[in-house]
Amino acid sequence: MSGKTLLCRCEDVTLDEVEHAIAKGHTDIESVKRFTGFATGWCQGKQCLIACARVIEDKTGAFPLAPITPRPPVHPMPLGMLAGLANVVSTERVTHHERGAVRKPNVGNGEGESQ
Amino acid sequence: MKKHYRVVIIGAGIMGLSAAYHLARRGITDVLVIDRGYLCGGASGRNGGGVRAQFSSETNIRLMRESIEICRDFATEMKINVWFRQGGYLFLTRSKAQAAQLEASAGLQKRCGLATRLLSGREVQSIVPEIDTQGVELASFNPDDGVVFPWPFLWGYAQAAEALGVELATFTEVEGFATDGKRITSLALARTAHDALAAHDRAERTSAHGRGPQLAPESHTERPVQERFSVSAETVLCCAGAWSPNIAKMLDISLPNVPHRHEICSTEPLKPWLGPLVADLSNGLYFSQSARGEIVGGVSVEPVPHGINQRSSVQFLATYAQALVRTVPSMASVKVLRQWAGCYDLTPDQSPIVGRVDGCENFVLACGFMGHGFMMAPVMGRHLAEHIATEETSALFAQWNLRRFAEGNLLKSESMIIG
Repeated sequence: MSGKTLLCRCEDVTLDEVEHAIAKGHTDIESVKRFTGFATGWCQGKQCLIACARVIEDKTGAFPLAPITPRPPVHPMPLGMLAGLANVVSTERVTHHERGAVRKPNVGNGEGESQ
Repeated sequence: MKKHYRVVIIGAGIMGLSAAYHLARRGITDVLVIDRGYLCGGASGRNGGGVRAQFSSETNIRLMRESIEICRDFATEMKINVWFRQGGYLFLTRSKAQAAQLEASAGLQKRCGLATRLLSGREVQSIVPEIDTQGVELASFNPDDGVVFPWPFLWGYAQAAEALGVELATFTEVEGFATDGKRITSLALARTAHDALAAHDRAERTSAHGRGPQLAPESHTERPVQERFSVSAETVLCCAGAWSPNIAKMLDISLPNVPHRHEICSTEPLKPWLGPLVADLSNGLYFSQSARGEIVGGVSVEPVPHGINQRSSVQFLATYAQALVRTVPSMASVKVLRQWAGCYDLTPDQSPIVGRVDGCENFVLACGFMGHGFMMAPVMGRHLAEHIATEETSALFAQWNLRRFAEGNLLKSESMIIG
């Protein structure tokens, strides 16, 4: 592999850039992700995660124990399709599933904002 | 790491790093900044990057006017690209009551020197033709507001502070304090192997996944600590955002702040079409286009789970998509790539808690920024450094002190809060 090898093809992150991030002290995988932007594009890391983890192992001697936090949705989804879910997914489900749910006092709650 | 520091700062988010940088600029370089996790792991790495001066309180307007000036020069000063783009903020209202309040705020903003102007629904389309303005009562636009890419701000402050001699210790957490009754004498710290921490956090997330409430902090399993040690400090500055009440609790100080989950998402990159950040005060919808082309935005979703929770929900995605597609119908075909969440740090009167704490004279707070901590940090870092260096209390710090809650002197609410 040359330094110009693309590790993350969605965000054009090269081997050089990942090594540069590690050299700057970003040695854990979440920090490398943030510093280089790998895994933040179209495939969300499906292609590049292992490659970047291997580079971290090469440079630090430790293969990351946990992957980056996966971000939904699993595949890119159009907003129009997601909007259709609004009538199916009730926000009140939060209350049922996560006891102790709280409402923001006084602000950001529709018309309450104008008080 | 040394045994003693002039200042120890808890939290390496933008507030702590900005304060560290400004302390160092004033010659106070004997500073340690610690953080439980990695840089950009908290709200500083999870926000939408909005930077605006359109507020309803004069204090916020004046502070943010200064902060925007700092943002404008940040790349040159720090030699790092923060993707600052001044496309303005466009606020929409959909009721007579909100319109009246927007008008009053715009008037105050103009008196403070902002270029804010009011627009009718139709005039909104002269700025963003794609917006369906049906139902829009009144809008306001300040062309000097803008957006940044948050992460480089932290790296810029961290690099510059370290170059001046500040020490930064990530994956290092406060476990307790020693006091002499009036002052903090030392901090008990624990360093965690970052990988083990990630695996530990992941296991806890999985165990709490989708069933019942998140585990209460006291029921958490023990963290994988690598090393324990203590440092002493003349001043301890708490910039831990939504975690601040947990830190203060170790000193038997009760803070009224409440963490409040706020979700956000980002789409595939598009060619530039959207100038301002658009914020709808009727439902908390906001969206902007980053300099990288993605549409980044969120919406108010209530209620949220209790406590610090940074997980994503499908409810958010559905609510946001519906609100956004109604406002900009042409967004229907644009795809969401990723969603994530962070915590606002809310206070009962929508104003921050800043300054020395009565009864613990070397403990200084800078928290409760209501989701505006990122944008206020460039200017607040300077004020905090001045407060610590000179030991003088400005009018701003007197107004925002914690004691207002005990004295019952709550401040007038800030009404222009999004999400």
